[in-house]
Amino acid sequence: MTAFLDNILGGLALGAVYALVALGFVVIFKASGVLNFAHGSLLLFGGYLTAVLHDDLGFAGALALAVLTTAALAGALDRFLLQRGGQDAHSAHVQTIVTIGIDIVLLTDLARRIGGDLLSLGDPWGDSVTRLGPLTVADSRLAAIVVSAVVIGAVFALFRYTSWGLSLRAAAEDLEAAALMGVRLGRVRAGAWCLAGALAALAAVFLAAFPAPGLERTTGQIALNAFPAAILGGLASPAGALAGSLIIGLTEALVVGYQSDLHILGEGFGDVAPYAVMLLVLLVRPTGLFGAKGAARV
Amino acid sequence: MSDRLLAALTRRRAALLLFAVVLCLPPFYLDAFWLRIGLFSMAAAIGAVGLALLSGTAGQLSLGHAFFLAVGAYGYAWLAGEPGPGLPPALAALLAVLLAGAAGGLFSPVAARVKGIYLGIATLALVFLGHHVLLTADSVTGGFNGRSVPPLTLGGFAFTESDPELTVLGVPFGAEERLWFLGLALFAFTWFTARGLQRGRPGRALAALRDSETAASVMGVDVARHRSAAFVVSSMYAGLAGVLLALAFRRVVPDYFSLALSVDYLAMIVIGGLGSVAGATAGAVFVTALPLLMTRYADQLPLVTAPGSAEGAVGPTEAARYLYGAAIVLVLLYAPDGLHGLARRVRDRARRRRPRTPAPETAVPTPPQPSARPKEHTP
Repeated sequence: MTAFLDNILGGLALGAVYALVALGFVVIFKASGVLNFAHGSLLLFGGYLTAVLHDDLGFAGALALAVLTTAALAGALDRFLLQRGGQDAHSAHVQTIVTIGIDIVLLTDLARRIGGDLLSLGDPWGDSVTRLGPLTVADSRLAAIVVSAVVIGAVFALFRYTSWGLSLRAAAEDLEAAALMGVRLGRVRAGAWCLAGALAALAAVFLAAFPAPGLERTTGQIALNAFPAAILGGLASPAGALAGSLIIGLTEALVVGYQSDLHILGEGFGDVAPYAVMLLVLLVRPTGLFGAKGAARV
Repeated sequence: MSDRLLAALTRRRAALLLFAVVLCLPPFYLDAFWLRIGLFSMAAAIGAVGLALLSGTAGQLSLGHAFFLAVGAYGYAWLAGEPGPGLPPALAALLAVLLAGAAGGLFSPVAARVKGIYLGIATLALVFLGHHVLLTADSVTGGFNGRSVPPLTLGGFAFTESDPELTVLGVPFGAEERLWFLGLALFAFTWFTARGLQRGRPGRALAALRDSETAASVMGVDVARHRSAAFVVSSMYAGLAGVLLALAFRRVVPDYFSLALSVDYLAMIVIGGLGSVAGATAGAVFVTALPLLMTRYADQLPLVTAPGSAEGAVGPTEAARYLYGAAIVLVLLYAPDGLHGLARRVRDRARRRRPRTPAPETAVPTPPQPSARPKEHTP
């Protein structure tokens, strides 16, 4: 029982971090129709900045600067590269592939800088643990859950109560009508990219914190696991991304936790379990759990 | 029929023949390094043409190409080798291609219903799950270390260093030289079948589907059937490319068939120009040859250091990756129709300039539609 609860808690923490990343995918997709393949390298960029700066600025300062810089980088990539391609649906496909190119360049550069090192982010939790009844939980996991909940709540409030959020929802509904109503699509888009970048940089901290050994050049690949999370919920639905992330996080933690009982599936199945779940869901609902089935107007 | 038209057609055919002859020459003049680059490029071109049919013609994004390459490569290695059924290699190669097609068919419940970006991510799952299977199914795939690939034999003629010894025009024919011609034959097969598919009825149906699903289905195109058929055909080309790659590498390892390989193939068709067979070929050569060439000539390039020197320096593989990441971004933003479109623009410009110089005779362009053309010239 303790082991089960342990796995559940681990899954929740993992799901919370995935939610930060998946929310980034969803925000970008809603605003621009682009699936951002460069998200993993943005995440790595944020983590790398925190790791490099924390000696001089302290953890909080380094994290703040990293979040701002990553947000600025993401916004700039959208404003100066992607938006050159136009706004319609076809160019969104093209821009999706452009992000693959951006990812290759960014990732190559970051991997070259990081090399084979394991970078510490200097986070305040270290390897300390808290006892909750029969359970022993790493503080970093609790922090991941709490911080993600707060940040995600703030992002949802942003969608719901600000004029930017309204513009974003309007643009996602109908680009042309939104533009005619005076929504500045370029700005709304760039803002969405900034937000996604900031979320990615924040997620990097928890992905590199205990029990993970630290930031390495492959940390960005974990963002790929948030793809199934975002797809699972339906790419255009923030609530779906949240649900998808929790499902994926729990699945992964449970599969890893009970690996010895699942040896038919082979060692290391936990890494690929999210994809198996996603395929099963897509078989039943091709546009995700919360995705709307778009009606075509002729 | 006017003589001009015949002349143009003959010229076209002559150019094609000349091109084929030029492609047959390298084994007689170049060493194994260059032949291997050529071989890998041909294998990549076959796979890229398959992906171009799917992504360019049918408008479906696939990141699962590495999986189908792996099915082809491992399928051949297992079917023809020990442990395994040990079939005759030629039969094994054929079955491996069919196996890749069958794998694509098994995926069709997803491929037919999920579209665009969703399909891209769904096929991502194939790559990761496939990699996992390659690592864990030791008895078939050899696990992490992979397995060696038995050489191909066709009616007693083996594609190896010797057996039988072969010397053509004073050049000893080793494995690379022999495989070169095999690759060339397979590539020619791919080229003609893919163009046939693309220009014929299925290609037009798929293009209609890409441009508007609703309009296409109203015109009588069976959406789900065409989508899954495109996926199956594309996986078969990938399987063929996988077989050729396995023969060229002589050993298959799971880590080669990773997401990065899928991305490479996507980059090939994007750089070449979406939806064009010739473009996909050009893109394949570019993406395959660039890192190999940069590694070979690292010491002569500015800003690049030889592999294994000081940490943090820009090595040849990294430089190649910078270049090709940047190439994807630049091509898509400034030349959205890729190398193929670029070539066409240059050709058009050259053609427009030509009429001014001599008499109008040379001004006749190679006619794209022969039936309509002659009437304009009859007085």
